[in-house]
Amino acid sequence: MALGLNRHLLASGLPKELITACTTTTYQYPRHFSVLNRPLPNYEGHVPLTRLEKTGLAIGSAVYSLYNPYRADLIAALGEATATPYFIYRLRDAMLSDPTGRRILRDRPRISSKTLSMEHLRSLPENSVGRTYVGWLDREGVSPDTRDSVKYIDDEECAYVMQRYRECHDLYHALTGLPIFREGEIALKAFEFANTLLPMTGMSLASVITLKPTERKRFFQIYLPWAMDNGVKSKEVINIYWEEQLGRNVESLRVELGIDKPVDMRDIRKKDRARRKAEKEAKERSGDSLGIN
Amino acid sequence: MNSRSALRPLLRATRFQCLNSPRHFTQNSVAHAESSQPTNHERTTHFGFETVAEAEKEARGKPVLVAGVFSNVAENYDTMNDFMSLGIHRLWKDHFVRSINPGTSTPSSSSQTSPSPGWTMLDVAGGTGDIAFRLLDHATNINASPSSTITISDINPSMLAEGRKRSLTTVYAHSSRLSFLLANSEHLESVSDNSIDLYTVAFGIRNFTDQPKALREAYRVLKPGGVFACLEFSGVTNSLFDAVYKRWSFGAIPLIGQLVAGDRASYQYLVESIEKHPKQEEFRDMIREAGFEVPGKGWEDLTGGIAAIHKGIKPVVKS
Repeated sequence: MALGLNRHLLASGLPKELITACTTTTYQYPRHFSVLNRPLPNYEGHVPLTRLEKTGLAIGSAVYSLYNPYRADLIAALGEATATPYFIYRLRDAMLSDPTGRRILRDRPRISSKTLSMEHLRSLPENSVGRTYVGWLDREGVSPDTRDSVKYIDDEECAYVMQRYRECHDLYHALTGLPIFREGEIALKAFEFANTLLPMTGMSLASVITLKPTERKRFFQIYLPWAMDNGVKSKEVINIYWEEQLGRNVESLRVELGIDKPVDMRDIRKKDRARRKAEKEAKERSGDSLGIN
Repeated sequence: MNSRSALRPLLRATRFQCLNSPRHFTQNSVAHAESSQPTNHERTTHFGFETVAEAEKEARGKPVLVAGVFSNVAENYDTMNDFMSLGIHRLWKDHFVRSINPGTSTPSSSSQTSPSPGWTMLDVAGGTGDIAFRLLDHATNINASPSSTITISDINPSMLAEGRKRSLTTVYAHSSRLSFLLANSEHLESVSDNSIDLYTVAFGIRNFTDQPKALREAYRVLKPGGVFACLEFSGVTNSLFDAVYKRWSFGAIPLIGQLVAGDRASYQYLVESIEKHPKQEEFRDMIREAGFEVPGKGWEDLTGGIAAIHKGIKPVVKS
């Protein structure tokens, strides 16, 4: 049952039977089961959930992670619980309709400190993808091993697609140049939503209410338009074979994908802070000289 | 989640495949037909629905797996219990202690005129001190027995540390009435024979590798006339309530564990261990087999059988 043959697939020239096969779900067991009688897992770490459990997980993790955004495991769980039906299949099909995407699905590369040597990345030329990535990792103090493995997506191939998306998130930071703090994360999530259409990325935009007023203004005026514009017009970032692009210049990769670099967030925040500081000092000085106000 | 990633390499043992239970901890994916049989010299026990090696020294053995679970939940132990029993566990524990009535004139003393020397109590798998503090309070305040003492024993250092921390806010903080012992309930070597008036175990025995062995150890350390008292999850007696309770346990509890504590696996283990624990009659028979005298029906159901109190008395040998 094809969930809407999209124009990418039709344009790819693949045989129609293959396209239909790709867009159908690939459950291997009846959809309805009870918590007392779970089916066997489809892959290591798989936890089959009933629809009620998935709904409960989606609502619970959405609320809790809005309250405490440091719970990365809940954000991951939210992504998995809301990815079906449709959205993760659409993303998988987007991979299948691109030659590089198909290669990624065949090779199933994983990104971790074991598969990507940090030392090697640091030795790459300046402004290369790999060097920017490791520089970003070092500056923000994170490692590629902090991502949870996928548990709640039933189809095995789609579980890999989700895992790949999760592991590439840090590389998207390097690609767009957006920093790790809340403002940067939200802007990147907006871009990811426009590009991958995963519901969790869209839902996490709700945390815009936790931003400071100036940050929120910047988000709506600069970064949201940038994200929507670039996310839609660029190629699917899930199809980047990062392991092959590490030595390449970041700017040329951006040009190939059709992404414009957004206004440098750290820069604009620094200027904003400096301006506010100058204003505050000027106010204090004018107050002091007269002894009133 | 360092504790979880440390837990995963430990959880690799599957021997028998139980077809309608989740394979959370397996190495292999969809492994139904080709299950490896245990070697003949290896004794197995259950870890939730998994069947694992008994052996203590092996990394896959049950004691190490249980230790992992409780190290993970030590800090959130109360939260976990509150969710699993909707807060009722506090009432159960209060009732348990009251029904034991510790600190009355010692059961093994034959003289009624000499002042009560107080009870020597041992609370096994009682790491966080829930039962121990209640027992001491009851003995001191209700039965005016300030010489009653208790030793809290647990196999898990994190739970014991949590108990020590909590004892600091009680009046027993640095008193000689309260002591802590890191020990396996099946080998209470530092406790001598016939030395304990009261042996309690609350919500611990279902995690033991070899329950009959632990029961025999309890028998050994108790004085003749001493009391064995056990509070544990058991079988719900009403089948409709049981259906609801099981669905709550297997559906909601692990989900709540994921949301609140970020640890679905430990909570999944806990509900499976409740399922596998012997129910009321079977457990009473096990207590009898260890040598205890079990009067009357042998147990008391709490909240429709969600939990049960089992008691036994070490018989006094007429000289």
